[in-house]
Amino acid sequence: MRLTLKLYATLSDYLPAGARNNQVSLEVAESATVAEVLHPLALPPRLTHLVLVNGSFVPPEERPRRRLAEGDVLAVWPPIAGG
Amino acid sequence: MGWNRKVLRVNLTAGTCTPEPLNMAWANDYLGSRGLASKYLVEEIDPKVDPLSPDNKMIMSTGPLTGTMASTGGRYTVVTKGALTNAIACSNSGGFFGAEMKFAGWDMIIFEGRSPRPVYLYVENDKAELRDATQLWGKTCWETEAAIKKSHQDPLIRVSSIGAAGENQVLFACIVNDLHRAAGRSGVGAVMGSKNLKAVALRGTRGFSGIKDFPAFLAATTAAKKVLAENAVTGQGLPKYGTQVLMNVINEIGALPTRNHRDVQFEEAGRISAEAMHEKRPTDGRTHLVSNAACFGCTIACGRISRIDETHFSVRNSPQYWGASGGLEYEAAWALGAANGVGDLEALQYANLLCNEHGMDPISFGATVGAAMELYDLGILSSEQIGLDARFGSAEALCKLAEMTARGEGFGRELGQGSARMCAKYGRPELSMSVKSQEFPAYDSRGIQGMGLTYATSNRGACHLRSYTVASEVLGIPVKTDPLVTEGKAELVKAFQDATGVFDAAGICVFTSFAWTLADVQPQVQAACDGDWSMDKLNEVGERIWNLERQFNLAAGFTAADDDLPPRLKTEAARTGPAKGLVNGIDKMRPEYYKVRGWDANGVPEKATLERLGL
Repeated sequence: MRLTLKLYATLSDYLPAGARNNQVSLEVAESATVAEVLHPLALPPRLTHLVLVNGSFVPPEERPRRRLAEGDVLAVWPPIAGG
Repeated sequence: MGWNRKVLRVNLTAGTCTPEPLNMAWANDYLGSRGLASKYLVEEIDPKVDPLSPDNKMIMSTGPLTGTMASTGGRYTVVTKGALTNAIACSNSGGFFGAEMKFAGWDMIIFEGRSPRPVYLYVENDKAELRDATQLWGKTCWETEAAIKKSHQDPLIRVSSIGAAGENQVLFACIVNDLHRAAGRSGVGAVMGSKNLKAVALRGTRGFSGIKDFPAFLAATTAAKKVLAENAVTGQGLPKYGTQVLMNVINEIGALPTRNHRDVQFEEAGRISAEAMHEKRPTDGRTHLVSNAACFGCTIACGRISRIDETHFSVRNSPQYWGASGGLEYEAAWALGAANGVGDLEALQYANLLCNEHGMDPISFGATVGAAMELYDLGILSSEQIGLDARFGSAEALCKLAEMTARGEGFGRELGQGSARMCAKYGRPELSMSVKSQEFPAYDSRGIQGMGLTYATSNRGACHLRSYTVASEVLGIPVKTDPLVTEGKAELVKAFQDATGVFDAAGICVFTSFAWTLADVQPQVQAACDGDWSMDKLNEVGERIWNLERQFNLAAGFTAADDDLPPRLKTEAARTGPAKGLVNGIDKMRPEYYKVRGWDANGVPEKATLERLGL
């Protein structure tokens, strides 16, 4: 299935080849979990802070079991703030 | 001791400058800056006073940590009755002006009355005098700062000034210091203009002394700086990306107000984000961002210094804008961009430059343009009335309206009254996205429920810097809470409001709170200031400040009915994103909040609450 992966701020450096505007379309295994999709990217755990699926936050303990669906948008930010 | 224990009182009507001792009993109750200046204001003016009359006063104030080696200890505040809001106003600015006030030997400057002609205040240590500013009237903030430095042959003078917006009493005029830092909100610049006060120029050569326990202060500030440096937000994220890093995440969660809050997601958010500031432009191969920058004593350095594209239509024939200058920050980029549907980064930078140059709050200006664009879209305003085609998304309209508002030309005069007055004039008051006549900042409260309560109850009108629950609801600081529910938000908002009051009163930047808690601030205050400054006392100071401001507003005529949101946010559900189908639950949160605050059902502090706080 295909989904959209977005990585922002200091995580931009970990985007796979072919990414544009901080996002890339990925082919992943059917019903892959959030953790399974993120694992090959080798994101530093300390920087894998805000993990959103379709804009909704997925807490760390749910990431290994949260299954993704066709067309989902998985977006990740390091710790950030502003105002 | 933290404080210099000295106030400068400037009577503009009489033309006198008089030193007086700082009221230390009040300092003990309100700490400094926002808190202490608010106490002075409450004691000295009638809350019902016309903000633009000589009877209003304007106070520039520092905190006990301003000018010290505490990280971010460069803040100062402007406290007055706000021209935009008719509520108590406290606008906070960084840069170097606040520290210079301390170096000159003062804690606070109180301006009263109205000068018969334009003047500026010049302070050199103990010497303080009003000087003629007839030749400066009409000049921009940038020109004014340069002219004063040249006149005194001293490039180290620090200047806060108003531009044409403040002179013309644009109701969201701000006071600009150090070229691109500003006491931005609530129209404090209009109050300054009403007093015929063009600028305040400071030169202090005394440095800073009087820390109560210097070894303890050195240890406390060093430890606190280590916390900032090791935190991923304050040590890495903010220096590299600045506040604008929020653009994409707030859009992703469906809380980026777009086209006057019609939508909660902006399809061009990526084009005006921090990441876009780092990308090379196709026109000249340069990145928009030139460098980050720090205010006095700051070890975060979140400020942005950028360079506009010289080929952009807005500046093609205006080389004075081609150099590096301040911006864009998140709030300005949102208000000038998403709020109007404009995705042209260079146009936003140009409008932001005009705001800095002429002294306008880009949040209220941008949001007012958004309201005008909706009136235009609905056919209530015509292109003949506005003087141009003001459709949503028009970068050309944004740039032209910024010029017109800054100069007080044509429809710009109506924009300069802010969205509440403009929308009321055209029979659609509900289209002003504001609370207490102050426009919302960059978070849609349908997608971040706690921010609805934050806005509705903010003592200075809609504002994110009175209780930044975004930190918890979205960013997970200090703990993650659910942005889509109302449960627990009353307690959360109160906690943020009270803590923020302490950060402001101390004279430090609220951005430290992304890494610090009050437990990091407390040892610094304790070591700097005479007296006992326990955690319990600091918490009480924060709550006291909030209730003092509340009492002023109640006496000024505000009621619980003013603690509310525009109907759009309560009846028109978000159309996309995680908040799709949701409105803000302010009517549920408000009574819970009053109860948590110790206020009655009408939002009036109970007698027991006032007695507990010594009010």
